[in-house]
Formats: sequence, C-alpha cells, structure tokens
Amino acid sequence: MIEVIDSETCTSCNICVRVCPTNVFDKTDGFPVIARQEDCQTCFMCELYCPEDSLYVSPFAETSVSLHATELKDADGLGSYRRAVGWTKDTKDRRGIDRSHELFGH
Amino acid sequence: MGEHTRRDERSASEGISLDADVLVIGGGPAGTWAAISAANEGARVVLVDKGFCGTSGATAAAGTGVWYIDPAADKREAAMAGREKMGGYLQDRRWMARVLDRTYEQSNQLAGWGYPYPTDTDGRPQRNSLQGPEYMRLMRKRTKAAGVTILDQSPALELLVDDAGAVAGAAGVQRQDGKPWRVRAGAVVIATGGCAFLSKTLGSNVLTGDGYLMAAELGAELTSMEFSNPYAISTAFGSVTKTLFFGWGTFTHQDGSLVPGAASKGGRSAIARALLKGPVYAQLDKADADVREAMRASQPNFFLPFDRTGIDPFTQRFPVTLRLEGTIRGTGGLRIVDDHCATTVPGLYAAGDAATRELVCGGFTGGGSHNAAWAMSSGFWSGQGAARYVKGRRSARGSATGAGTVGLQHGSRAALNGADLAAAVQAEAFPYEINYFREAGRLTASLDRLDTLWHDATRAGAAPHRDIVRARQSAAMLATVRWMYRSALARTETRGMHRRDDFPEQDATQRHYITTGGLDEVWTSIRPHADAYLAEAAE
Repeated sequence: MIEVIDSETCTSCNICVRVCPTNVFDKTDGFPVIARQEDCQTCFMCELYCPEDSLYVSPFAETSVSLHATELKDADGLGSYRRAVGWTKDTKDRRGIDRSHELFGH
Repeated sequence: MGEHTRRDERSASEGISLDADVLVIGGGPAGTWAAISAANEGARVVLVDKGFCGTSGATAAAGTGVWYIDPAADKREAAMAGREKMGGYLQDRRWMARVLDRTYEQSNQLAGWGYPYPTDTDGRPQRNSLQGPEYMRLMRKRTKAAGVTILDQSPALELLVDDAGAVAGAAGVQRQDGKPWRVRAGAVVIATGGCAFLSKTLGSNVLTGDGYLMAAELGAELTSMEFSNPYAISTAFGSVTKTLFFGWGTFTHQDGSLVPGAASKGGRSAIARALLKGPVYAQLDKADADVREAMRASQPNFFLPFDRTGIDPFTQRFPVTLRLEGTIRGTGGLRIVDDHCATTVPGLYAAGDAATRELVCGGFTGGGSHNAAWAMSSGFWSGQGAARYVKGRRSARGSATGAGTVGLQHGSRAALNGADLAAAVQAEAFPYEINYFREAGRLTASLDRLDTLWHDATRAGAAPHRDIVRARQSAAMLATVRWMYRSALARTETRGMHRRDDFPEQDATQRHYITTGGLDEVWTSIRPHADAYLAEAAE
C-alpha cells in the first residue's frame, strides 16, 4: 500500500491525486494526503507517475507498515520502479528491452 | 473552445452535462480502442473512467502478452488448434480467425504510433507482449489525439434508457468533487472490464462488474459466466500476480516437503487444496541465469515485492497465495450478437473483459494474451459498430431516464452499506471450496445466502452520496456472483476452467453455451455451439 509522500521533494503537483485508479489521495492546500489507504490496491502506478520520485508503495497489500522517506532514500528505494521501466531520463533505453518473447511457451 | 465549454460546464453547480454520439464507459485497452475507432468513424465520443484512463484496470498495472501471430496460414492454424482442448471446444473458429487478423492490424498500428516494441537477437520486431504502463500511456495519448473527451475519476452509476428501450447514455458522479455527470449518447460501449471482487489481484480493484449490472438493468444477457474461477499465484503478502513466472517454481509445504502435483500450469488446483490445509511456499529455483535476467528485463513489477522485502525469489522460499481473478481471466461476460459486438439491447455494445470471450477462448484463458487480443479487436469493432448505429438513426432525442436499481432507489429500510455488502459477497466468491471446486450442494447453499443478500439490497434505502459508488460496486459484485453460480449449477460437467467435484468428467452432450441474466430472478438457458447448428443446417 502507499505509505510515503516525501515532503522534502513533493512539489504538490497533485499528479498522484489525478492518476490513482482507486482515488486514494486527496488534494489539500499543501501536500497531497493519503486519505483512503484502505482503498489502495498496491498497483504502484502513483509511484510510476510521480515526476519527483516522492512516493513509495510498500509491497504489503493488506497491512500497513511504518516507513520513512530518509531510510528509503538511503536504500535507493524511491523511484526504483520508475527507473526499472525506463521512465527516467537516464534509463530510457529500458523501455524497449522486454524479453517476454523468450519466456513465453515455457 | 471545446475545452472552455467543458470547463464551464464543470464549474456549474449541477455538474457536467454532455451530448455525444458514442459514450464509452471504461478507459482500459478495450475502451480506448473503442473510443478511437468510433472517433475515426466521425462520431463525437466521450469516454468516462472510474479512475484514470491510462492507469486504470488490469492491463496498465500488470502488462500483458498478446495473441499476435504471423499471418502464415500454418502458424494461424496451429495457434487456433493449440487452444481448443484447453477451452473445452467452445471456441468459434470464425471469430478466432478474425481476432487474429484484427490483433495483427492493431499491434502494427501501435508500432506505427511509436510503441517501443523490442527486437529479438536477429533484429526481428517482437509484438507478442506489451508493457502495461507504456501501452496505456500511449493509448490515452492517442485517444485524446482522436478528439475524444475524457472524463477521469468519473464512475458511471447507471445507464439511461429511452421510451423504446434503447440505451440513451449514462449518468454518474465525479468522485473527487462529488458532482454528478450525465452524458446523452445515441450508443454506449460497455468497456468496464470483468469482476475480480476486490481481490487485489494486480490492478483489478476498479473491476467490480459495474458494466454487467448496468447492462442487465436494461435487460442485456450474459453468457459463459460459469467460466469465472481462475485464481492467480502471488506472494501471500503482495498484489503482483504473474502466474507465468511460477512455471519456474517449486512449491512446498511449511516443513519443506513438496506439494504433490503443484504447478503454475495444470497444477494450480493442487496448490489450492494445499492452501486449505496450511501455508504453501514457492521458490523459482528452476530459472537459470539467462531466464532470471530475461524476467527482470521483461516484468520489472514482478520483482517489486521481492526487492522491497529483501527476498531473493530464486534462492529463497516465500509464502504464496491464490487471488481470485473472476471474469477478468475468466471468459464470461455480456453476450454479443453480431460482428460489431452489439449486445441484446439496442445501441448497447460490449468490449474487452466486459464482453464474453467464449468465442476466442471457450472456457479457459491461459493468460492475458487472448484477452488482450480480444480487447484490441472487440474495442475496434464495438466503437465502429456504435458509431455506425448512431449514424443510421439521426432522429430527434426523446426522453432519457436512469435505469439504475439497487443502491439508487429509495427503499423503506436502512441505506445500503457498500463495504458490508462487499465483504459478504467476498465470503461467497473467494473460498476455493465454493468457487474453485464446485459442487451442487455448496453452490446451492451459497446461492441461498446470495439471493437473501440481493433481496435485502433491493429493499434497502439509497446509499448516501459519499458511499454511492461503493454501494453500486458491491451490488454489481453481488449480481455477478449470482450469475456465475447459477450458470455453474446449470453446467453439470467439468469443462474448461469450470470444475465440478460431483461431475468430474467432460460431457460430450454439453458442448453448448449457457446464457444467463435477470436481477431479482436469475435465469439460465442453453444455446448451441456454432458447429452444432452449422451441422444441422447442412443436413
């Protein structure tokens, strides 16, 4: 489930509010807030669409865990999915490296 | 100019009111292909999505294989023949062939639009897989470029119907500001996906059968709803369901002993039976270094639950579970009656997982591949069909009234509670011993409880505004599981994914389709397979 909005890097662009398929976030006068965490389906899409790598989705789909932005930054956790799919400037070449055709038919 | 008009309408206190030729409900692959195809026919198109067109639905989050086959006749023949046994011989060859043709065209269109398809080691493009986020980001862009008006975060609550019983649009709510929307349209495409009962199988919690319920409220029929019990493998704690990769897995009990017969393909029922007794673990120890590398390149999302918990899935055991995929990876859905995916209701079309996939898959889909091909194809056809239907009817608009029932009508009792109802439906839809391993006594007992829930829901008061979307979702889930289990009772054999403990064999006399429908009274009936009436006609 979504656990972290890093207030150090969040620019309040509210893209996460717009793109969340299950409407988990609410817009505020400041940073967006995780208003309905129980509705999070752990799809990681908000993280992928965050241009500042300010969001972190924990892989635990049913239980909330306590996480802090500083620890995640130290472990290079923030933005790791975006880099893996090639949605950052430095990783663009990864968009076309799908090797599923080698795995199908197994 | 158009933008300004819309913004003004949005700020109006009564919400948004739009007029269109074609309304598409749902912004996943099928919905976006439908919207683009209708717009290309010259129709004015509005697309509404419960969430955000581009991230909503199973495809965006999960990615998908695609049934993309070289047009060489021998390859097409092998692709069709290879699936027939698994699907219980319920596919229709004519439809399989036209889906293969159409999928080939649409995939090549994606390449033309700049989708970054990979090439193999010989430099040949490979078009049988799509990265979900990439694919759906591109589809949103192309939908907008086609001139379609997109309303995000705008769940539909009910269809509108005219005096003659034809569909006349839909109404819903913009859930981020609470204001209503209403779109009058000459034709509607239902592309709301299947129903996985909020099981959290990847990306599926927006898929609650809403389109089935709305269409059934206009009298639409469903079919093959007994093929609705696939379960996907995921880590016990996570949401990422990628069953294919478990083909390289070994499944064990807590004590480390092997689960007999367990496999991702052809042995998932053994996993389910073991899970009824205790935890089951997996380890992908059959993947060699090259496969491991290919997995990581191909499906980065698969590794999120592992990388983020410090588990190495290739060298360490981890607990697994099975998550219900319902009609997303089942083959049941709205019955279509012509080559443009029209339903039995005038002006109402269905595409993607909201429509039946019995014609291409019969009673089983091994993975996203065929469903993805179906979404592209049925999306294209339904959008075209809806646009042409409207063109042929340019009559003055008459009345349009909301057709919604449960959760929207004012009953005499306490208001419908969406969360409570969802939990009650899940308690009937999730258990392996009811849905996976079916048997007359257990199905009948479950249906008794479900019919009571429906009876109570129809007498409940309208849900309060803040709960109305949830209440309608739960009502749709409830309607869906009742069609599933009535159909499952009507098929007294084991075929495709439908398995009956009390009828473990396939019965040659039941090579037919089961149609279902109805709300207060759920009915079923039998339709012959195309081969049967073609044989009759030849006599």
